[in-house]
Amino acid sequence: MPDPDFLLQVCNLDVSVQNKNGRKHKIVDDISFNVSPGQVIALIGESGSGKTTISLGCMGYTRPGCHISAGSVQLGDTQVLEQPLPKLQQLRGKEITYVAQSAAASFNSAMKIDAQITEIPVITGAMSRKQALEKAKQLYRALELPDPETIGTRYPHQVSGGQLQRLMAAMAMISGPRLLILDEPTTALDVTTQIEVLYSFKRLIKENDTAAIYVTHDLSLVAQVADHILVLKDGKQVEYGPTSQIISDPKHEYTKALIAAAHLMPSKISTPDISTQTPPLLQVENVTAGYGPKQQSIALRGINLSIQQGETVGVIGESGSGKTTLGRLISGLMSPKSGRIHLNGQRLKHHVSKRSRNDLKQIQFAFQMADVALNPRQRLNKILGRPMMFYRGLSQKDATNEVSRLLERVDLPTDFAWRFPPELSGGQRQRVNLARALAAQPKLIICDEITSALDTIVAQQILDLLEDLQDDLGVSYMFITHDIATVSKIADRIAVMRHGKIVTQGPVDQILTPPCHEYTNLLLNSVPEMRTDWLDEAVVERRKLMTALGDKRET
Amino acid sequence: MTPQERTWRSQFGDALSDLTPGVALCLLILITFFLIACFAPWIAPYDEGAILTNDSFLSPNKEMRLGSDYLGRDVLSRLIFGVRVTLFLALIITFLSFFSGVSLGFLAAAFGGRVDSWMSRLNDAMLSFPALMLALIVINSLGSSFAVLVLTIAFIDMTRVYRVARALAVNIMVMDYVEAAIVRGEGKIWIVWHEVLPNALTPLAAEFGIRFTYAILFISALSFLGLGVQPPQSDLGVMVKENMQAILYGEYTTLYPAICIAFIAISMNVFVDWLLQRSSAQLPDEL
Repeated sequence: MPDPDFLLQVCNLDVSVQNKNGRKHKIVDDISFNVSPGQVIALIGESGSGKTTISLGCMGYTRPGCHISAGSVQLGDTQVLEQPLPKLQQLRGKEITYVAQSAAASFNSAMKIDAQITEIPVITGAMSRKQALEKAKQLYRALELPDPETIGTRYPHQVSGGQLQRLMAAMAMISGPRLLILDEPTTALDVTTQIEVLYSFKRLIKENDTAAIYVTHDLSLVAQVADHILVLKDGKQVEYGPTSQIISDPKHEYTKALIAAAHLMPSKISTPDISTQTPPLLQVENVTAGYGPKQQSIALRGINLSIQQGETVGVIGESGSGKTTLGRLISGLMSPKSGRIHLNGQRLKHHVSKRSRNDLKQIQFAFQMADVALNPRQRLNKILGRPMMFYRGLSQKDATNEVSRLLERVDLPTDFAWRFPPELSGGQRQRVNLARALAAQPKLIICDEITSALDTIVAQQILDLLEDLQDDLGVSYMFITHDIATVSKIADRIAVMRHGKIVTQGPVDQILTPPCHEYTNLLLNSVPEMRTDWLDEAVVERRKLMTALGDKRET
Repeated sequence: MTPQERTWRSQFGDALSDLTPGVALCLLILITFFLIACFAPWIAPYDEGAILTNDSFLSPNKEMRLGSDYLGRDVLSRLIFGVRVTLFLALIITFLSFFSGVSLGFLAAAFGGRVDSWMSRLNDAMLSFPALMLALIVINSLGSSFAVLVLTIAFIDMTRVYRVARALAVNIMVMDYVEAAIVRGEGKIWIVWHEVLPNALTPLAAEFGIRFTYAILFISALSFLGLGVQPPQSDLGVMVKENMQAILYGEYTTLYPAICIAFIAISMNVFVDWLLQRSSAQLPDEL
């Protein structure tokens, strides 16, 4: 029976896929939840847990190959799943709207923003173009976008990623929907922009009394916006309850694991024992580099950095800060404009083609996206065996034996050697990615955001593995990331980068305990805390910090 | 997806179970033509050049199943030998053009920069000549022989293959796994052979089918113009041209080779389309 208190009632929803042999497989199994107007429910779980499938199911939609096999979805008085397609199309975009993960991919780059935002109410005849424009401007103001009068006359590439994500929300809100679905809306954003966007979403939902479904894998974010949380694993409900209860008193083991792995600052930062030997393993001296003809557009300015044997140096910064460029320079994928890099006191040739095989062996690079960093047409035996044969002159047979040992070392079954990368899960692939770097027996591994594409629990496992390997093998890491919480758990020393410069560097406890550099403060302030009232404080604090930094950059 | 080791045998089995009746028929037609081409001397009832009767354009009869051609030769025998010549020429041409086109295209993509620019602009210049015109000029000035024919058409096809191969390789060269090989210090040749080629194989195989069909049509077109395979050797294109006048006498002689060309071309295209669809469906669907 419909309960007038709830706007959306999902009852016993099942979604199935049919495989090639005609067998059915449930990917969403018996999910029920309710949402009231002005309330937010969070669907949380790792990738493949069915959270996006459920949210799409609420619109009466499934991805090709799936179908809704049981259950009901009721929006107000309407049974969504029983509507014929033309009715559904009216419902979608008007009553139920959807904000996708990547706003950049959802906007048409050849149309002005206003035209895209007002498109739906105008073509459905709900508003005239003039009314729609007026409504859009109100929303721009509500979302605290800069220049609300004129921002709509720009093209999508003329605004920042955070602004585009908020414009996407404006597009979803313009027809005054009763239900808003937000699918990982801040995952693609920089940490420091994320909280602003989150804050405007939260306000908008409250002010318009809209019901919302928030899909994410990050529990610490959810704590800020959601009233209820539904924890999912493999398409099944694990735990469902009010936010405060879930985060303070989780019942299920999986929820506890999620909370343990959340992106939080560790309560205590351990003091690293820093030994300084001379010469250090790697020393970067006054390096400047850029892109374009004759490296005219400078990406790095006067970088000085040293890495000791057996230590982890975290390099942290937002996108565009030059941290990946620094990693590419050290690995020799790119030549600097000026400056020197020393390895074990010896000057290192700039480009990879000029370095000796022994120098190449010492520095290995682990890429961010393991799914594109491993050749899909090579078996793991070849992916891992090749560096051994190349650097260490092993025979094919010895390499095969060594690959088994290496797979064991990174906690993978040895028979994986005969698999292809697409047959592994994301976390397993990231282990192989690391194992490939280890296969060379290097002194230094440059880890470029290797945990940022992973779910929080899997990411935590990879971090544990990194520490294990360091204890056993004495290898050094240069850990490039945008996530200060991760870096504070693993690094001995930290270098904070901004606009192509290192703004501050030193032992992790010194850098992260007050008084910090202003920019470090801003980064620290952007890490969510697991309490429900954190967001409002953080936004106020952030605005103060931004003014202190004298940053005119738009958010 | 259930993780299981993929062997060649299981892949082949998968492929067979994916065959639709239409594709299976086309595959059967192709295999039949290849068998005919291989065993032509044993299958053909008469020699291709033997003049058996004074009557041209005889209707099909007991001795000559498809009748006689304009010189009184057996059409069926000439057709069988014609298929042999056309198919093998096309095969050699396609192999040659692929070997050179893919090697050059991959190297251009691997070296990039100025090397790539020069090679690609040169290739564009070649492409700007109409293919048939270019072939006519070269063959006319060098005289028609198998070698000239094969090399000329292979060269023209190479420019097409080069473009496809380079475009494929350029896309693969920017992948992180190639970058990983570069950081390791691997040479260009190793990268092309081990990292690029395996990932370009399926689209290249599809392109191979298309090029093969074009080669048949191109040889036939040249033969029809009198610049391809020279009489008395038969070839499907030559046969169409030779027997055109049969139509005036109400005989279908000229249509038999034309039908053969159409069957081979259509079957090959259907098969290649199926291969392409299958390969794109098999790509690992991530995200």
